[in-house]
Amino acid sequence: MLDFVQQLVSGVALGCVYGLIALGFVLVYKATEVVNFAQGDLMMLGGFFAFTFIGMMGLNYWLGFAGAVAAMALFGMLAERVVVRPILGYPQFSIIMATIGLGYFLRSVAGMIWGTDDFKIDTPFSQGVLRIGSLVLAYDKLSVIAATIILCTLLYLFFNKTTLGTAMRASSENMLAAYYMGIPVKRVVSIVWAISAAVATCAGVLLAPITFIHSNVGLVLGLKAFPAAVLGGFGSIPGAVVGGVLIGVIESMAGFYLPEGWKDVAPYIVLLAVLLLKPEGLFGLHVRKKV
Amino acid sequence: MRFLFKTDYEDDIRLFPHSGYVVSYGLLIAVLLIAPYVLSSYLMSQLVFVCIYATVGVALLILTGFTGQASLGHAAFLAIGAYTAAYLQKYNVPFPVYFLAAGLLTGLIGALVGFPALRLQGIYLVIATISFAFIVEEILARWESVTNGNEGMRIKTLSLLGVAVPRDSPTFYFLCLAVLVLTIVGTLNLLRSPTGRAFVAIRDSETAARSMGVNVALYKVKSFAISAAITGFAGVLFAHKLSFISPEMFTLQLSIEFIIVILIGGTFSLHGAVLGAIFIVMLDPFLTYLKDDMPGIIAGVAATLGAGTETAGNIQSKVAAFASLNGLKGAIYGIIIVLFVLFEPLGLYGRWLKIKLFFQLFPLYKRATFKRQKIYVKSERNR
Repeated sequence: MLDFVQQLVSGVALGCVYGLIALGFVLVYKATEVVNFAQGDLMMLGGFFAFTFIGMMGLNYWLGFAGAVAAMALFGMLAERVVVRPILGYPQFSIIMATIGLGYFLRSVAGMIWGTDDFKIDTPFSQGVLRIGSLVLAYDKLSVIAATIILCTLLYLFFNKTTLGTAMRASSENMLAAYYMGIPVKRVVSIVWAISAAVATCAGVLLAPITFIHSNVGLVLGLKAFPAAVLGGFGSIPGAVVGGVLIGVIESMAGFYLPEGWKDVAPYIVLLAVLLLKPEGLFGLHVRKKV
Repeated sequence: MRFLFKTDYEDDIRLFPHSGYVVSYGLLIAVLLIAPYVLSSYLMSQLVFVCIYATVGVALLILTGFTGQASLGHAAFLAIGAYTAAYLQKYNVPFPVYFLAAGLLTGLIGALVGFPALRLQGIYLVIATISFAFIVEEILARWESVTNGNEGMRIKTLSLLGVAVPRDSPTFYFLCLAVLVLTIVGTLNLLRSPTGRAFVAIRDSETAARSMGVNVALYKVKSFAISAAITGFAGVLFAHKLSFISPEMFTLQLSIEFIIVILIGGTFSLHGAVLGAIFIVMLDPFLTYLKDDMPGIIAGVAATLGAGTETAGNIQSKVAAFASLNGLKGAIYGIIIVLFVLFEPLGLYGRWLKIKLFFQLFPLYKRATFKRQKIYVKSERNR
């Protein structure tokens, strides 16, 4: 039982990271119908920025964190401007390919700049553990869960209570109509990319104590975050987080209870099963096409 | 230039629209047949890879380019073909038998993948095929009694009708070339047939295809099966060429490379698949060239332009250092993909068509002929 709870908590913590990356996908997808295959690499880059600020320049953890988030938000805007904006409105396949290309590029360039070693960021929660009876919970895992909850609440409020959030939802429904209604669609898309890159950075920094940062971490985790987003129904913010947590728990349980090798495959098997039974995901909207 | 006046339907589906095509393709074939006796063994080896990649490219083109079903799992089909060959070869099954068996098995598995794919579209299909590829990769690594696990399998020299065909012999190259040519001709014929027309109809509009009486589900599964089977055949050749296979060769990276093949070539034409394959395979030799010879050449140019010997030497070492940077290949891949998507979505073959049309229409050429249409209203979600 104790083992079970222990695995559950670490699964949820890992799942929250997947959820945060998936949240980035979903934000961009909701606003622009763009599936961003480079999301994991944005996370990796965010982690490296934080490492540069905290580990190499010796800044305070929180200051470095904020710096990395700000830098990545700018970078997200830049990526949107250079890569995505010219092809908005073209078939999805082109856009997927462009973001795959962007991911390739970021991965290789990060490898060139920071090398291919593993990096570690010292966080204020690195050492401590919380003991409840004989249950041992590491602070860094709890911090991931807490940060996910806070970020989700903020995003929920942002999308449902602010004008900008409403504008984003409008432009995601129908970009052309939103444009005609006076919504500055280009600026909105730009801001969405900034937010999504910032969320990815949070994931990257929170992840640093759990799995180290290296130039390929984005690919590995990004590909786990995809099932998370699909499982929750692409385009649903709570779905992304729930999907992420599910994937994390499944992975963690499979690693513990099933023979070796299942750990990496189990999420995908579950994903295929879900896609077969409910192709629109758990929280997805089922919309019939009108002809 | 030559004007083609089409007077009946037969003219529209002719393999060679006019005699010029016969001449130029005949010349190409002749050059390719002479190639092994002229080129160095390294270039020959690259040419074999071009053939294999182009075969996979054509297979992917049937699925992605003509049926409109994206797949990022073709490395898995290649792996299944390669492993079937390796496994059957252990029991001394002759080459023609396991070659066909690999294709059939891969095609069957492709059809099985096609069934769940019926309900999926766009991004969901991409994710599902990625998942499939991961699962296959893991099975290959874990099913040690058959696949030897992570240690990989050795492939014996190919023996065709009792004659050994080493992997770097001209005969092996001819075999790969034959498979490629047969695949291309077969695909051309497929596209002229009702099946091929149905594929294209599904790509253009599923609803319209269905209302015209196309059995969408059947043709999607067919497309998956055909594409997978061709990839399986290519997999056998791939295994023989490498003479050693292990699960980590068939990763997502390889699937992405196949997608790049058709993307760079142009997703609407068989020429594109071949051009893309040439591009992908020749990138490695090009990078080696960049590393070894380019710095010297640049330094030489700088020296002739009047820079001192010291500056020239500086430039040479800087260029050399840049060219040997770790991960330069990945960065170049990335930039190339992005640039092609942004500026030349029709690929290399599209560029050729534009150049051709420019000279055909010389003073009247309009760039707008190839302009893409943006669609802001159409939502993938509401499809």
